[in-house]
Order: sequence, then C-alpha cells, then structure tokens
Amino acid sequence: MSAGPLHELPDTALTARDAGLVGCRRCGRVWPMEDSLCGRCGTPLQSRDPRSLSRVWAFWVAGLIAYIPANLYPMLVTTTLLQETKNTIVGGAIELAQHGNGGVAAIVLIASVVIPIGKFLAIAFLALSVQRQAVEGAHARHRLYEIVEYIGRWSMIDVFVVAILTALVQLNALASIHPGPAAAAFAASVALTMLSAQSFDSRMIWDHMRPTRKAAAARSPEERLT
Amino acid sequence: MHAATRDTSDLVACPTCDAIYHAVTPARGERARCGRCGIVLITPRTGAEARIIALALAVLILTFGALYFPFLTIRAAGVSHSASLLSAAIAFTGGPLFALSLVVLGLIVLVPVSRVILLLYVLIPLSLGRPPARGAKQAFTFADQLKPWSMAEIFAIGCAVALVKVADLADITFGPAFWMFALLTLLVVFQDSLVCRWTIWETLDQEGAA
Repeated sequence: MSAGPLHELPDTALTARDAGLVGCRRCGRVWPMEDSLCGRCGTPLQSRDPRSLSRVWAFWVAGLIAYIPANLYPMLVTTTLLQETKNTIVGGAIELAQHGNGGVAAIVLIASVVIPIGKFLAIAFLALSVQRQAVEGAHARHRLYEIVEYIGRWSMIDVFVVAILTALVQLNALASIHPGPAAAAFAASVALTMLSAQSFDSRMIWDHMRPTRKAAAARSPEERLT
Repeated sequence: MHAATRDTSDLVACPTCDAIYHAVTPARGERARCGRCGIVLITPRTGAEARIIALALAVLILTFGALYFPFLTIRAAGVSHSASLLSAAIAFTGGPLFALSLVVLGLIVLVPVSRVILLLYVLIPLSLGRPPARGAKQAFTFADQLKPWSMAEIFAIGCAVALVKVADLADITFGPAFWMFALLTLLVVFQDSLVCRWTIWETLDQEGAA
C-alpha cells in the first residue's frame, strides 16, 4: 500500500505512523520515525504526543476554576450621579434584554455563557473519547474539534467590550464605567481553554479507526475508488 | 513501502489527522484538502507573495493611524470624552487589573503587528528572489504560533456591542481611527487567507538549500 495522490484518499488513509514515518505538525514535511526535529522548520517531532491529554486536562481544570469567579464577581461597575451599579455577565445581559436590546443580549449570552460552557463539555468529551479509545464517529469528533478551535477565541469579546466601555465612558460625575474583577478572571478562563484545546493532539481522534480500514481494504479496489 | 529506504521529501502529512499523501501542487485556484478530515493542506495562489506584502504594509500604516487618531467620542449633557484605541487597550491600567491591560494591548495591537512584521521579514527577500533572511524559518514559525492570539477582528465586533450598550445614555461619534481599524481588520483576514504554509515552507527550503 502506498500513499495515493491527494484527492483519492478515503477513510482508509494510510497515516504517517502506519508507514513508520512522522509528520511535522507545523510545516507538513514527513520524516523517518527516529528523527526528533523537523529538518525543515525545526519543530520537535512526535508521532503522538503522550503528554497531550494531561496538558489538556490541566488547562481545562484551570480554565473551569477561573470561570467560576468570572460569573460570580461583577464584570462592569457603572457609576452615575445617583447610584453605583455592579453587573455580572449574566446580569448585564438580562439588563440589555429588558431595555429591548434582545439581539445584543443574545450575542453577549452566547459569547460569554453558551460558548464557554459548550467548550468545556466538548473538550472533555473529546479527551474522554480518546482515553476510552473510541472507534466510532471520528468524522463528527473531528468536526467538533475544528469548531472548538475556531470559536474559542470569540469568547474574548466580552473582555474587549469592558475595555472599550472603560476607556470611553469617563464623563466625570455624570457617568463612568470601571471594570470588575470578573473581567480578569474571564480573560484568564478564555486563554486557559484555548491552551487546553491547542494541547489536544487531534491525530489521536483517528487512531482507533483500524477496523474500518480493514473492512474497506476487504472490498475490491474498484469499489474503494468510488 | 519502507520508510527507511525511501526519500520522504515528496510526502505531506496532514497536521490534524496524520494521513500522508504525495504532495501534488494543485492547479491554479484549486486547493488540496485532506481526503479524511477535510483540512486544506496546500492552497497556492498566483502572486500571493506580492499581494501579502502589499496588504501587510497597508495593515502597518493603518495600525499607526488607528492608534493615533481618536477612535470613538462620547457626548452626554454637554460633557464629551474621546477614546483612542490605545486608551481602550490600556483601560485597565489603574489598579489590580494592570496585567489585563497588557493582555488586551497584546491581543489587539502587539500580536497583529508582530505577525505582519514577521511575515514581511520572511516574504520580502523571497519575492525579490533573494535567499531567505537570517532566521526566516524561526520568524515564520513564530508568526504561525501567534495566529490564534491575534484578535483584532474580535475587538471590532466588541466595539459594535459596546456601542449598542451605551447608545441609550449618550451620543457616540466614530473617529477616523474607527474606520481605519475596521478596514485593517478586513485586510488582516484577507491576508491570512492568502498565506499557504506549505508553499512558503517549500520556498524557504529550496532557497535555503541553494
């Protein structure tokens, strides 16, 4: 069996590891398994990263811990002539919705609550599926991983909103906005979950697909091409 | 196929699922995707280097403009206050959230600017047909590592959300920097879509060996 041209590879793809090779994750160049540094870009080579999952879990737990104060403490402190209001993430979104800004409230809730919680669940699911050597659903799990990687950065939006409001709304006694401790906790939580997702070695999603490969190999070559 | 006995330089491994392929440069305007996980492996564009360089220079100039000019101005009951991009980036400076303002400054200004400078450093010698600059490979690796931490476009959407939040209590006017930043954001996204890592690594490799 040899690696075919790019457009012809089905699920039964030959992996670098199967071929006794190791691929560089930064530049894509392929090297013999015993090489430890990529000769082209200098990135350390590892066929599979054995410590990947422990790093994923370490960042995951740290991110989850940071997410708790991010929701309990105020994100924004608004001082006007009459009063001082402290808003948590969820509280701020509820206030927006009450003022008729349902769409913006939805953006804030999705970026700061739905996406972070969804990300914690998704990363945990992916790590557990690799740990129990799941065979099924590699495509779906890969898709989930891509979504987590793509969408994770967008949670930072709420921190930027607080930064802009703090810089902008400084009208002396009339009204001023200051950040609450939740802003720092939330930024830390987003960064830690991004690191958690980046630590995940996505090649492990596909490693236990061998049964499928055998089944496909048993079929005739003509069938395999279609 | 035995790994030890063959030349592996014509192979490409998918970074996300480890499938290997013979690297075949796709036809103009086409992309080579991994047949298993669907990620784009090779996407060469004609004249990409020159276009990336032009975009990178435009981004640099716009960044200095966006930092210098007023970004947003707020008016309520006769009081007004202008915020520049720099003042938004360092909004948390007073007090315990100082570290956070460094992070924000990094994510929306320092990281995007560093990436642009690194790409220029790598690509300008290549587009002139010269050997790669010293440390070009490290520079390109670093630019690649910084990519997820470049959040200018997220900041731009953050501006929109912030505007809606204060629209009720005050009048907001956009300064020139706001439009520069909006344009800059689009250029960065467009520039990233032109960068084909495989093609650039191949070029760096050949030029370096020659």
